Amino acid sequence: MSAGPASASASRLPAALRRIDPAVATAFGCIVVLLLLGSLYSPEFLSLPYLLQQLKVASFLGVIATGMMIVILLGQIDLSVPWVVAVGGMMACAATAHGESGHILAIPFGLLCGIALGFLNGIGVAYLRIPSMIITLAINAVAQGLMVAYTGGFSPQDSASAAMRFLATGDTLFGIPNALIVWAIIGAGAVFLLTRTTFGRAIYAIGNRERAAYLSGIDTQRVVMFAFAISGGLSAFGGVLLAGYASKAAQAMGDAYLLPSIAAVVLGGTSILGGRGSYLGTVAGVILITLLQSILSVMQMEEFGRQVIYGVVIVVMLLLYGRERLLR
Amino acid sequence: MSDWRYRLAEQRGTLLAAGLFLVMFVIYVSNHPAGFTANVVQTAANKGVLLALVAMAQTMVVLTAGIDLSVGMIFIFTSCLASYIVIGSTPLALLGIVGVLVAGLACGALNGLIVIYGRLQPIVTTIATGSIFYGIALWLRPQPGSSDSFNSDIADFMTGQLPGGVPVSLVALVVIVLVVWIPFRRSETGRAVYATGSSEVAAYMSGVAIRRAKFVAYTLSGLLSALGGLYVTFITYSGEASFANGGTYTLYSIAAVVLGGVSLFGGTGSAIGAIFGALAFRTIGDLLFVFDLEPLWQPLFQGVVLLLAVCIGAARLFQVRNRLDLFA
Repeated sequence: MSAGPASASASRLPAALRRIDPAVATAFGCIVVLLLLGSLYSPEFLSLPYLLQQLKVASFLGVIATGMMIVILLGQIDLSVPWVVAVGGMMACAATAHGESGHILAIPFGLLCGIALGFLNGIGVAYLRIPSMIITLAINAVAQGLMVAYTGGFSPQDSASAAMRFLATGDTLFGIPNALIVWAIIGAGAVFLLTRTTFGRAIYAIGNRERAAYLSGIDTQRVVMFAFAISGGLSAFGGVLLAGYASKAAQAMGDAYLLPSIAAVVLGGTSILGGRGSYLGTVAGVILITLLQSILSVMQMEEFGRQVIYGVVIVVMLLLYGRERLLR
Repeated sequence: MSDWRYRLAEQRGTLLAAGLFLVMFVIYVSNHPAGFTANVVQTAANKGVLLALVAMAQTMVVLTAGIDLSVGMIFIFTSCLASYIVIGSTPLALLGIVGVLVAGLACGALNGLIVIYGRLQPIVTTIATGSIFYGIALWLRPQPGSSDSFNSDIADFMTGQLPGGVPVSLVALVVIVLVVWIPFRRSETGRAVYATGSSEVAAYMSGVAIRRAKFVAYTLSGLLSALGGLYVTFITYSGEASFANGGTYTLYSIAAVVLGGVSLFGGTGSAIGAIFGALAFRTIGDLLFVFDLEPLWQPLFQGVVLLLAVCIGAARLFQVRNRLDLFA
């Protein structure tokens, strides 16, 4: 790593500041700037109910982006998010329709379907050595086919179970939304997994160089397979929450989550090539994207303007801190 | 000539894709109620050419070991633009066509500049620029529609038949291959694109003009997407800013490229293979109609076929010579 002048200036900073990733700091800085700009438009943007509402909306993306981050850390990508989200939501709702036991099993069943699809992705990537972009794309197509055949192409009539609605829309502790608590628990789990377990360290190692990780005794293929299964499970869980939020599942409910989840992870400073990134960055990325979308829509910006600004902001932010090293 | 084996190996992917397409097409035509008539071929050609052009666009970028997730959005944007400016008398409409192609070139050039000078990863860059292109398309066409003075004469000619029943779209595709792909493949820059895709560092060390190669690849990709966008407007007489269509074409273009034997790792394959991959992929979708299957099962069938075809083509498990090779 050639970080001559940068490390010299960094050594003058206090130790606590030096440990902060500049990407994560920039992302959080941008959140503050966004909120300040928004508050010039309307002071509502700094009110507690608005912020809590935003965090609640962000937690759906947050759960999905957690899985995406784990896969991106491996240097892979999961393009099956849209329909795995839909499978999670639809299967949970379908289970709800099966009486008393269905109500209890709704959430686990939705999760299980997502994990199964994730395993298929993982087996393809790890053991068959199919590029992740292709196998996850194909699994996405198969999941879509299964759901269209199952629902008949319409939004399914089954509605979400009470537990799903409670998790997605309720609030228990001091008005903190349950969805936010769910995201916090999953986030804490992800941080523990990535920093305190051999599995997590193996993920970083594989992302840096799979060959070296294999030669140092890591069962890389198993790690990759389980990482994809986790991603599938979390996507499906995102779908379960979304179905609870809207009280039912819909055909294209996951389409709006693929690109934002990748963008959130990358904006948070995780390298798309794998091996580098922290969960705190992903949190920042998720909040940033949710706030950006929300502020633009509150400002009654038309959809086309939102899309353009959204794209421009991602490019500009990455130009600030996400650049590759110059080839020399 | 003793290098025929080498040449055959180089073209293996293209030949396999062409074979797959021929088999599919023979099955399709022999089961079609109307049989092998000019109209059946014309309809199939018009649908196939759309995806073939977008797949060619994807090939350009994939050859440099990048990926372009904005091809579908450039396709949508240029189609909306064409519905505005391909109007009036024939000379004026031809000028409009030139305008559409220039817009496509500009989109591709923007991608190229950000990737080359911004040093951002292609996948993230094109996610962001795709959002920008879609925003512009939405601004042009909030509702699907077309200009009153849309020149339908050109459109009818370009999607019609020549005397003897040869579809014009197929001729146009051949002309595009002869005018764009073949000169590119034989040029120094074309060589440089393959070299960059094989190993960017090695190409750099040998003095290959990497930046020019990448810039040309991305720009041509924009041009080819714009040709596809132009064609969809010729077929429908209108422009529609459909997010779903853009996403579908992007994903199908990746599938077609893989079916056509172009390696996602860069440096191997040919746009001609991608064309056959696209045509084969389209024919698979059409097979269901001739076999009278329930339309609801079509997505599942297409998904499973995609999964099988793409996985068998892309699995590296069957190509490795020793265990360490797996992790290269």
